[in-house]
Amino acid sequence: MRNRRDRLIAFLMVLPTLMLLGIFVYFFIGKAVYTSTTDWGENPDQPALAENVVLTNVGLRNYENLMTDIIQANFRNSLTNTFFFTVFFVAGCTILGLFLALLLDQKVVAEGFFRTVFLFPMALSFVVTGTIWRWLLQPSGGINILPTLIGLEPIQFNWSNNQETWLQFRWEEVPLYLTTVGITILTIIAVRNVLKHNWRSLRFAAGAAVVVLLVFVAGLWNYIWPPLDSAVAEQAIAPKGFNGALLGIIIAAIWQMSGYVMAIFTAGIRGIPEDLRESARVDGGTELDVYRHIVLPQLSPFVTSAMIILGHISLKIFDLVFAMTGPDNARTVVPGMLVYTKGFRQNSFASASAIAVIMLFLIAVIIAPYLWSQLRTSKSG
Amino acid sequence: MKFRVTLIFVVVMLLGLVGTVTAQDTEPSGRLEIFSWWAGDEGPALEALIELYSSMYPNVEVVNATVTGGAGVNFRAVLKTRMLGGNPPDTFQVHAGQELTGTWVVANRMEDLTFLYEEEGWFDALPQGVIDQLTYQGGIYSVPVNIHRAGVLWYIPTNLENWGVQVPTTLEEFYATCQTLQGQGVTPLVVGEAWTLIHLWETVALSVLGPDNYDALWTGGLSPRSQEMIAVWDEFGRVLDCTNVSQDAAGLSWQQATDAVVGGTAAFNVMGDWAAGYMSTTLGLTPGEGYGWADFPGTEGVFMWLSDTFGLPVGAPNREATLAWLRLLGSVEGQNAFNPLKGSIPVRLDAFAADPELYNTYSQSAAADWSELRLVGSLMHGVVANERFMGDFNDVMQIYLQSRDSGAATSAMEAVCIQAGACGM
Repeated sequence: MRNRRDRLIAFLMVLPTLMLLGIFVYFFIGKAVYTSTTDWGENPDQPALAENVVLTNVGLRNYENLMTDIIQANFRNSLTNTFFFTVFFVAGCTILGLFLALLLDQKVVAEGFFRTVFLFPMALSFVVTGTIWRWLLQPSGGINILPTLIGLEPIQFNWSNNQETWLQFRWEEVPLYLTTVGITILTIIAVRNVLKHNWRSLRFAAGAAVVVLLVFVAGLWNYIWPPLDSAVAEQAIAPKGFNGALLGIIIAAIWQMSGYVMAIFTAGIRGIPEDLRESARVDGGTELDVYRHIVLPQLSPFVTSAMIILGHISLKIFDLVFAMTGPDNARTVVPGMLVYTKGFRQNSFASASAIAVIMLFLIAVIIAPYLWSQLRTSKSG
Repeated sequence: MKFRVTLIFVVVMLLGLVGTVTAQDTEPSGRLEIFSWWAGDEGPALEALIELYSSMYPNVEVVNATVTGGAGVNFRAVLKTRMLGGNPPDTFQVHAGQELTGTWVVANRMEDLTFLYEEEGWFDALPQGVIDQLTYQGGIYSVPVNIHRAGVLWYIPTNLENWGVQVPTTLEEFYATCQTLQGQGVTPLVVGEAWTLIHLWETVALSVLGPDNYDALWTGGLSPRSQEMIAVWDEFGRVLDCTNVSQDAAGLSWQQATDAVVGGTAAFNVMGDWAAGYMSTTLGLTPGEGYGWADFPGTEGVFMWLSDTFGLPVGAPNREATLAWLRLLGSVEGQNAFNPLKGSIPVRLDAFAADPELYNTYSQSAAADWSELRLVGSLMHGVVANERFMGDFNDVMQIYLQSRDSGAATSAMEAVCIQAGACGM
């Protein structure tokens, strides 16, 4: 009886939050998904901004257009840019943040002061960071003329307007790459399990590899990654790869967020009991051994947290790019930017919603496994 | 009971009395929110107009709400959110043409102002070409306050002398000048971020097509995939080769591009005549001596115009005060208070004639051209194509910049025209 009353009270306490979340988060997610299946703003006969727009359901046509239509090449550019930005930004921040945290761990004088200095960029908004770095990376000023202070030639490198595209790949071959990567990873797992004589996991890995292969062979990718209307034209007008113009944005983003990663790692290092390290030293381990075998393994959950946080920031990035290279720049365009320009500048609300839903999906792909594993550990723990 | 009836009667009478008093009192009062993208360099002109309005209607509290950003790009995002949310400002800035009719009028968001035009006699005072762009299915939907000229070639006369070049009058001359300048390490033509490229494109298109074909392109008379349009993109590519597009362009605002011309690192710049306001007012140069202007090669005799207008949204909170504001905008006094500071010219020909001395040398020449030359509308500033087209045209531009393939650009442009219902399709 008592228990039931407690539960009721608990439920009533959570109810307002649930209702607010339900309306302001989940209802609007649903609304965005619905809008993305209509022709709001895509039909010239129905003015997008009229009070009572007549919407027609078009199913997944908006998504299909984004993935195949030659005019929407910019969306594919934005996905490519997001991929490279995420890889370099997350890797850069994690490595630099770890390095700073290890430096702070060396019992330096005025540690608190340095910690604040490294953390401080995070206090700025991305717009401020972007504006500062836009000036710093001007081709004829800022960083490029630094060497002239000591009598050297100025640097000629073109940061935010770089026209190079490195690591080029073909859009229509992405399913092939993904399948190859998937099968490679699963094979490695399988081989390791063979060595460990872990037959159950081996069967699981092998089964997964077969599924991945079958999906590819059966052509199921055509539904997720439909073939382009014109693969030849796509290559000519919007080659996919790592655009040099992203470099400046990556540098600015790393500058801003690595201090935050440092803070996460510093907290992690603080949490490692000193006696663990002591005993390693007593056993004759060098300082390097202590870091390799004690500190870094203990930090691995923090690496995951840091990567998740950085990953979702980089998928949603908008303000930094807007401030640094402007909204109409195919070399640095990101999905968030397209939601804004397509939605509020050209009134294509349905396409904009479709992009927003795709962004949500990508972020969910990153966050959901993390939340799930967190939930599982907290239950078992 | 009887007492109650009497009381109700008295109250009703009193209310009626108050009602009549309010009805007679046509003096606008309350709050008037004017929503525009004019701040910074462009702010003083609007403030002068608001000051004039406040002196005429002291009971109205004017709220000058601005969202800045090149040609109103960010402003429009905020405006649309407010309109969709059912919270329109009393009046907002909008370019004449498709930006007004193609977005707001077709959506039934604006009130027909024909009655105001009749009351104020604006049918006679305003040029028919401008009224046409404010008209949709017989109604007129906003009041123009100024005229800007797009696609003007700007330069510094003394710099040109030093480099030993003259202002080119044909595209071929321009390419020759371009080579001379590049030989001296000078950028022949400076461009800035994406929208300045579209502005350059429309100027080149006008130069290659001529005014009749340029108009035909937007009304369906000329296919976006025609040979003429291939020629436009080809010439645009040759002009781009004379610019800084592959160097620092993406990071430059239009002011910074103008600065490059003034600073002597670039020779020419194609920009609207707000650049004249910037150079005269902000940089303190004398028109004609400190800086010079010319028609872009091949566009003599044509005036590419755009106009800032204000309308009355359906459901504007303070209709009376807004109508008073619109009356002021369309009046000779209003136009002459605003335009000299803005660096634009009045739409009304009689406003300029009333006091030409208010305007500087540049504006006087522009005003003379306005009354004489052939008029065409600017693409970049929303006169000839709707917003949907404009958004996608950015992508067409990116396609061209990447591939430098005129064929790809023309077919992409045709696809965009069809999707957006623009170009007369």
